[in-house]
Amino acid sequence: MNTASKSRVSTLLIELLLIIVALLFLVPFYFLFVNSVKTFSELLTNSASLPTSFEWSNYTRAWNITKFPTAFGNSLIITVFSNLLLAFFSAMAAYQMVRRDIRFNRILFAVYVAAMVIPFQSIMIPLVKVTSTVGLTDSIPGLIICYLGFGIPLSVFLFHGFIKSIPLEIEEAAVVDGSNVYGVFIRVVFPLLKPIFVTVIILNTLWIWNDYLLPSLILQSPELRTIPIATFAFFGQFTKQWDLALPALVLGILPVIIFFLAMQKYIVEGITQGAVKG
Amino acid sequence: MQRKKMSRLIQQTVFVGPSALFFILIVLVPFLLGIYYSFTNWNGVGSSEIKWVGLDNFKQIFMHDTKFRDAFWFTVKFTVLGVVLTNVLGFVLGYLLTKPLKTRNALRTIFFMPNVIGGLLLGFIWQFIFVKGFASVGKATGLSFFSLPWLGTENTAFWAIVIVFVWQTAGYLMVIYISSFNNVPKDILEAAEIDGASRGQVLRSIIIPLVMPAVTVCLFLAISWSFKMFDLNLSLTKGGPFGSTESVAMNIYNEAFANNRLGLGTAKAVIFFAVVAIITSLQVKFTKSKEVEA
Repeated sequence: MNTASKSRVSTLLIELLLIIVALLFLVPFYFLFVNSVKTFSELLTNSASLPTSFEWSNYTRAWNITKFPTAFGNSLIITVFSNLLLAFFSAMAAYQMVRRDIRFNRILFAVYVAAMVIPFQSIMIPLVKVTSTVGLTDSIPGLIICYLGFGIPLSVFLFHGFIKSIPLEIEEAAVVDGSNVYGVFIRVVFPLLKPIFVTVIILNTLWIWNDYLLPSLILQSPELRTIPIATFAFFGQFTKQWDLALPALVLGILPVIIFFLAMQKYIVEGITQGAVKG
Repeated sequence: MQRKKMSRLIQQTVFVGPSALFFILIVLVPFLLGIYYSFTNWNGVGSSEIKWVGLDNFKQIFMHDTKFRDAFWFTVKFTVLGVVLTNVLGFVLGYLLTKPLKTRNALRTIFFMPNVIGGLLLGFIWQFIFVKGFASVGKATGLSFFSLPWLGTENTAFWAIVIVFVWQTAGYLMVIYISSFNNVPKDILEAAEIDGASRGQVLRSIIIPLVMPAVTVCLFLAISWSFKMFDLNLSLTKGGPFGSTESVAMNIYNEAFANNRLGLGTAKAVIFFAVVAIITSLQVKFTKSKEVEA
């Protein structure tokens, strides 16, 4: 055998091996989807086989009990508004910190970098006290403010690294044209930041959408539940009722799976960028 | 001149002010308060009841709290295994997926997919797999591996969490490794091939040293994910059986919000912070020293 066909064979073997591993990766999803449409007794007797009949009423019941539209809406509002405000305020701060290299800004930046290693669990207890003192508990705007606080360090850090690479000449030209500093930022700098906006928004979306602990500490009212909280509450109530739990889980993961498949290119780019800068 | 100074101050406030305010209120104030509370007997009733107790909480934790010690030991074991396994898998998948395979893009998608789902939901999904799915596979195939009471014994429950953690995070690290492999200069690889280096030699002497920056990042990410694990722990085992899989994060949570000993909880949180900060900075320093320029 010559070397070319030898390496073709080895490539083929690698591909085969990876496909097998990929199928193993998909097995949990197979179990989840297949069993979510079985009746309770069928699911108990054999959970590995394909369903004999499709019990779509499982989904209607799970949809109603978890109040899925409400939970989905809450998750959506929290994720969208946290993201927009976080990206906007972080970009502004990072811009100023790069362009006005004074001692205050240097210290603040060092504080942000240091704060990135603080685990959430090590400040969550006093956080509950602080948020209830200033009246941020049990409200969606209050939760969004919490996400702003926790998200600022990494977001500022990512914008900071990007803005450093933008040449000053572009802004100077705009100043000569008579724009003030706010105008320059909105009209000239903002559009240049598009690639890093994508990175910041992707990373923050995956974090905020899936977060359980922070919203569980801040929100109490059932009508404010996000998808992870609604799922957790649901499991507490219907332990081992898999015919309800599995469709609820499918509903819970579907939005983020669709988001991932649609935005895959940007997510991969965002993670790579975030890792290089981090 | 005065006006210029004024407008500069306004500009600084408008640009840096809002983000700094949110950060101070949500992160900095609780962080400093936490250090203060760790020296008190705060039990959540009222602020008037909070008394300074000096190092009592820390003494209690280090001398008497065996559950915290167990949680710590569990977290360390889990971190070591989880970090090594997820990095090895992410590295190997990333390396193989830089080869010209027909199904390359689909495979990358599949390996990454578990990562976009939150740990809480993943834990519930896998609870079903371990309890019902594995059991029926075991019945069908007769393999005893699948018939184990996965979440029922201490040893298997530990491995159950490791398995789900690796399944969830390997794809993320794979993405980072792939971009790093793609950045290895082609001319160096070609030069090595002309010089007659074997594939193993190329991997060992050229590729691995050049992707060390990615290793630094991936180790950092995996260590902080596994050390801070909470959601997956909560939904998959809830710390059981018999508290054997209770992570430090969960121990802190229970101390504060189930036992209402908030002073003791914040003392644990302070220790937790110190350990995470020390481990991650040591790791970054160590792997950074292994990085080379092409």
